[in-house]
Amino acid sequence: MENLLWLIPALPFAGALLLILFGRRMPRNLVAILGAGSVGFSALITLLLGFQFLSARPDFYVQQVWTWFDVAGFSPGIAFHLDALSLVFVFVVTFVGFLIHVYSAGYMADEEDFARFFACMNLFVGSMLMLVLADNLLLLYLGWEGVGLCSYLLIGFWYKNPANGYAARKAFIITRVGDTAMAIGLFILFQTFGTLNIQAILSEAPQTWPVGSQKAVLTAFLLLGGAVGKSGQLPLQTWLPDAMAGPTPVSALIHAATMVTAGVYLIARTNVIFELAPPAMMAVAIVGAVTLLIAGCTALTQYDLKRVLAYSTISQIGYMFLALGVGAWSAGIFHFMIHAFFKALLFLCAGAIIIALHHEQDMRQMGGLRRALPVVFWTFLIGAASLAALPLVTAGFYSKDQILWYALAGERGNVWLYLAALVGAFITAIYTFRMVFITFYGEAKTHVSHPPGLVMVVPLVILAILSTVGGFIELPHNFAHLTLFSDLLQPVLPGIAVDETIGESEWMFQTLAAGVSVVGLFLAFLFFYARPAAFQETITRSKVTMAIRDFWFSGWGFDKLYDMLFVRPYVYLSKLNKADVIDEIYTGMASLAETLNRALSRTQDGVLRNYITGVVVGAVLILTLSLLL
Amino acid sequence: MELTFYVASAIAILATIMVITNYNMIHALLYLVVSFLAVAVVFFTLGAPFMAALEVIIYAGAIVVLIIFVIMMLNLTNEDVQQEKTWLRPKTWIGPALLSLVLLAELAYLVIAEDMPTINNQPVDAREVGLALYGPYLLGVQLCGMLLMAGIVGAYHLGRQKKKVVHRFLERSEI
Amino acid sequence: MTNIPMEAGLLLAGILFTLGLISVLIRRNIIFMLISVEIMLNAAGLAFIVAATRWAQPDGQVMFIFILTMAAAEVSVGLALILQLHHQLKTLDSDAANKMFG
Repeated sequence: MENLLWLIPALPFAGALLLILFGRRMPRNLVAILGAGSVGFSALITLLLGFQFLSARPDFYVQQVWTWFDVAGFSPGIAFHLDALSLVFVFVVTFVGFLIHVYSAGYMADEEDFARFFACMNLFVGSMLMLVLADNLLLLYLGWEGVGLCSYLLIGFWYKNPANGYAARKAFIITRVGDTAMAIGLFILFQTFGTLNIQAILSEAPQTWPVGSQKAVLTAFLLLGGAVGKSGQLPLQTWLPDAMAGPTPVSALIHAATMVTAGVYLIARTNVIFELAPPAMMAVAIVGAVTLLIAGCTALTQYDLKRVLAYSTISQIGYMFLALGVGAWSAGIFHFMIHAFFKALLFLCAGAIIIALHHEQDMRQMGGLRRALPVVFWTFLIGAASLAALPLVTAGFYSKDQILWYALAGERGNVWLYLAALVGAFITAIYTFRMVFITFYGEAKTHVSHPPGLVMVVPLVILAILSTVGGFIELPHNFAHLTLFSDLLQPVLPGIAVDETIGESEWMFQTLAAGVSVVGLFLAFLFFYARPAAFQETITRSKVTMAIRDFWFSGWGFDKLYDMLFVRPYVYLSKLNKADVIDEIYTGMASLAETLNRALSRTQDGVLRNYITGVVVGAVLILTLSLLL
Repeated sequence: MELTFYVASAIAILATIMVITNYNMIHALLYLVVSFLAVAVVFFTLGAPFMAALEVIIYAGAIVVLIIFVIMMLNLTNEDVQQEKTWLRPKTWIGPALLSLVLLAELAYLVIAEDMPTINNQPVDAREVGLALYGPYLLGVQLCGMLLMAGIVGAYHLGRQKKKVVHRFLERSEI
Repeated sequence: MTNIPMEAGLLLAGILFTLGLISVLIRRNIIFMLISVEIMLNAAGLAFIVAATRWAQPDGQVMFIFILTMAAAEVSVGLALILQLHHQLKTLDSDAANKMFG
């Protein structure tokens, strides 16, 4: 059974290959079946393997497919490593990916480049699976860059609009900053351990590096750099909102459910190194906390439905980073899984709305969709409730509550991280229901023309179910002893010690968290449904609130800051060097050769006498020289 | 004998000058024969009688005759003489002549500057030459044979006028 | 028996060579160029004979025979080429044969 492991990433790759080669000539139905089917079969195999894994409970499966190359003892293999952590990721990637593929078949039905879209999507799923299944860091890096490439291709899917191409390049370049840091981190790891095999490094690292050793901290920070770039965390978060230029299923798959969580995976995977570097752990937690606040505030002010969701993604991944940073590994991964469900759901709902309204993304043009799109409304409501972590009934509550609890009670947690997370939860509730109220309530502003078909509705319903019941596999300690998820991850990720002094009062903090989200819901109801006009007036009346609003709206000015710090000086320098000083040397050499060639070719005029004259002149010169010297 | 040498030398130089200044090709060739004959005399005075004979036979005989044949084949007329006149202007010849004279001056300087003994003029007869040719220079002789063969084949190949050989009946039928 | 200075012989060879060279340089008629080359070859042969006499060795004369052979072969091939050239271009002007111009 383990022998089927390689098929999980291979099937989407095969699908992508077929679609790239023959996609243009295939009928649309076949393209959709091939695209979704390859991922579907991967999901099926994952399911089979998962059942086997859960019943047999081995520590891991390893399958060496072949040796990639073998140079001077360094022989990374195309080898796949399945343990509990990668199982969770593979499960999410294949299942959510499959649902999104099915949905895309409906969403993209009118697109011209149907085959190209599915080819890229399959390629993406394949790369992502390779990333999470890789047994060594080099293969992981291949997948890492593969998803980066697919992200670029899919953000710029509608390449005829230059703005989309710009967004794609921005995403590519900014993530490249992180990737470079990660590559350097990999170099250090290889230099130290002489191998890039993940398990070997993880088992050797504690013996080689003492806790807090300089090299461990450096490596951890470099890996964090890579994670931050891919996951859209501070300070490399600016690409993610712009990445919404791609088709909505892409946003759902790449920029919410799977790819952006690659950073989370990387940190969880290399948890041993991070454990050895307490400052890096602290940095992870702080990055998460600050990001979730900043992104949450920005999400409050956006009007573009997809941008709100993008900022909420950044903010939710901030939660995951926070969890990883305080050492609550399994809580972070748990939140990743739940987030993948409800964020994919929200994006797909948003896609259904957008396509129903003729590619209208501005929430101000929406409203009253509750009656026009009932299924979308209910599923969106479930997703929103999960995102806002409404107590007890939603999966988001259970995953987020865990993070909040460990941010405070975990051994690395402290009250500031807890406060940040709590405020973040409050903001999340507000902006989530702001979205719901503006979009689905109030009066209708745009006519609904394309109600979503069955192909699009079914994935919504399935995801809605998952984002509700997904939370019940891991309950807080004081509810009941049900810890399926953390038990599963136990062999891979270390557990977390809880500060006993506040351990008793867990229910109090749970109530607080629940209360915060309910209050947020109420405030959103007040501001955006009951009295939107009054609220609007309060905001616009004062200059200070307007300034804050504008500041938040621009994403805390990060784009402007980077533009001033990096883009402008670079553009200025490149303008200075427009003629390219270095190139001048080469063109100079070329033109010199050309001039000489022209001069010399004039001597080859085909007149015999001139040649003989040349010989004679040469003879005279040589004789004269020999006489003189 | 010395006098013969100098007189023959003078004749050789004069005849050669006539060769290079003449416009008519046949006249030039006749002067060339004179020049070659004078050089043959020089060879004789230098004690190489066999070489003198070869000079007369091959240079003055075979080669010049060959050239005359070709000239006759080309069917040259008086126009070509006029053509030569227009080609040979002082403007064209003065530069190369000066250049060559510089070369000559340098050669002469090299020859004279060296303190060379006079020739004691021991005749080397044909027998010795023959022995040397078929002794140490045997390989050279064979190479010469090959060269001549190549010359013959090359001359035949290059000199062939490529004509379409078509039978007259076929030619007519094709038309 | 006679005392001809070696300089005289070599000078004669040099003068003849230079005359041939001048002719090659100034003539456009390709047959004249061939004739001039013959003069130059002959002059070179003369120098060898002078040297042979000076050292009383047959080697120089052997060289002359080789030069003679070469000259004969050269003339035959050269004349064939001239015939071909005249056939193709209808002229003896060596400058006309510059089809491979630079």
